[in-house]
Amino acid sequence: MLRIDQTCYDQLRRHGEETYPHECCGVLLGRVEDEDQRLVTSIARAGNTRTDSPQNRYNIDPRELITIQRQARERGLDIVGFYHSHPDHPARWSSTDLAEAHWLGCSYVITRVEKGQARETNSFLLLGGEEAEKRFQDEPLQAVAQIAETKTPA
Amino acid sequence: MKIHIPTPLRQYAGKKASIDVQADNVGQALSALTATYPDLRRHLYTDEGKLRAFVNVYLNDEDIRYLHKESTPVKENDSLSIVPSIAGGARAYCCCCRMNA
Repeated sequence: MLRIDQTCYDQLRRHGEETYPHECCGVLLGRVEDEDQRLVTSIARAGNTRTDSPQNRYNIDPRELITIQRQARERGLDIVGFYHSHPDHPARWSSTDLAEAHWLGCSYVITRVEKGQARETNSFLLLGGEEAEKRFQDEPLQAVAQIAETKTPA
Repeated sequence: MKIHIPTPLRQYAGKKASIDVQADNVGQALSALTATYPDLRRHLYTDEGKLRAFVNVYLNDEDIRYLHKESTPVKENDSLSIVPSIAGGARAYCCCCRMNA
């Protein structure tokens, strides 16, 4: 289960509308509570470096990711996944998405943006012990009113 | 120097987010890392011993491919980041619509 703060959920969907007809992309920040519960408390927008085919491809500059990761670390947050949009295409992973996914154990959230309007948003968990056996599994996604950025002490 | 471990590889590195190693260059730093955590090796390198194409290694904010690759010298206060690439997109093939290009 991926539980995402409602504000973050709205933001990543809006991002897809803003970049339409191009794909948007970004990073999901938060924490993993346990194997079955992953929380997103913040998102970081990233630029799509695939200027040659931005309507159906995306790529995040590793240097931008390092900056995002550093800022997240200072806030006690981890990278729990990534998001991108599929302009006029289903909110399902494509063969390209699987081939280019390398963050095993992370969530990949995809929003279908139809004629500029965000429609379905789905999450897929990248499973597998190594590259040769990686696969996506549908992951339930729940937008929640407010999620605390840090874990509440017991 | 400090090596930052990305989320998916921490399970092979004692669940640590960063690891301190002593090294004179990037190659030595990565060797020290994989000597301590041998399970990391197959995730970073091909069977031929080359860094996997999707594994980016940055010394501070610079891609080592544009420096001196694994021979790039390092200093004690440097940080090395291992960053698997993040890419994809809705191409013509799709798991649900099965469209052809």
